[in-house]
Amino acid sequence: MKSMRYILPLLLFTALLALLLKGLGQDPKEVPSPLVGKLAPAFTAPQLHVPEKQFSASDMNGKVWILNVWASWCFSCRAEHELVTRMAREHGIVVVGLNYKDEPADAKAWLQQFGNPYVTSVMDPEGDIGIEYGVYGVPESFIIDKAGVIRRKVIGPINDSPDEKPQNSVDELLAFLSKLEAES
Amino acid sequence: MNRMLYQLPLALLLLIFTLPLFAGIETYTFETPEQERIYHKLTEELRCLVCQNQNIAGSNAELAQDLRKKAYEQVKQGKSEDEVVKWMVDRYGDFVLYRPPVKATTLFLWVGPLLFLLIAFVVLWRIGRTRRNQSSETDPVDEQSLEQARHMLEKKES
Repeated sequence: MKSMRYILPLLLFTALLALLLKGLGQDPKEVPSPLVGKLAPAFTAPQLHVPEKQFSASDMNGKVWILNVWASWCFSCRAEHELVTRMAREHGIVVVGLNYKDEPADAKAWLQQFGNPYVTSVMDPEGDIGIEYGVYGVPESFIIDKAGVIRRKVIGPINDSPDEKPQNSVDELLAFLSKLEAES
Repeated sequence: MNRMLYQLPLALLLLIFTLPLFAGIETYTFETPEQERIYHKLTEELRCLVCQNQNIAGSNAELAQDLRKKAYEQVKQGKSEDEVVKWMVDRYGDFVLYRPPVKATTLFLWVGPLLFLLIAFVVLWRIGRTRRNQSSETDPVDEQSLEQARHMLEKKES
């Protein structure tokens, strides 16, 4: 009983330390999205290359797809672009671009220069669609399943380096996507 | 030098009267004072997600500007404060609120400090009790050791 007097505070202190250490390891910039597990917000917007044609999120019903938020002014988008391209070209992933607060001419030139992996890019000049999706930085990606439910939000660039965020790794995302693809 | 003497206090005095300049540049007009009050309360209490330690009233990040606009539009449409807050939380989660709601996941956040205070009081009380017990338990000083101490002190003084 006497020894408890020393062990109990030590235990409490260790528990507190563990809690704080865990907090240190978390990225405060990564805000969990309340939209994960909910139906992707509906939107209809003109396409970047054919503005007279509209794209609706509901056009993708029955497909597993990624809504990738990008902009020509966004430096990190360039970093992940190669990986987005690889996912689309080599793994047949359907990626729709949300061209966020961009100038159409700049956006088109950017795709010309770095390649266009998107089935289409939708223009969001005012960032209104972005707000519906809770976008607070670019790039962000939303993985949407066949039922139109957002299953995961990827905050920040997709990576292929073991030193970076594991939840953003391209292998992890491809595995997740093929799992969704297997769902009926 | 002489002029400095009264100029400096005057300058300091003027500093007291400067008003904090809010970063919001947009000028929004409202139909009722009530709407304006709601708008200002909202922008004070909603967090900017880009610069996380600022509210959207004080931040000049583009997202904060956009969210101010959204808040304004909704208030102008006659939406209540709670409705606008819900709209924001639906998109950005509880993180947009500077005062998170009390629920299962945030309970520790709310009760934690009180809990720690309580623990501190219990520990303090117990320490106090043991001290008191100890002081009453100590043997009364016997004459012999008192004499010894007096002797030692005298020896040192001489």
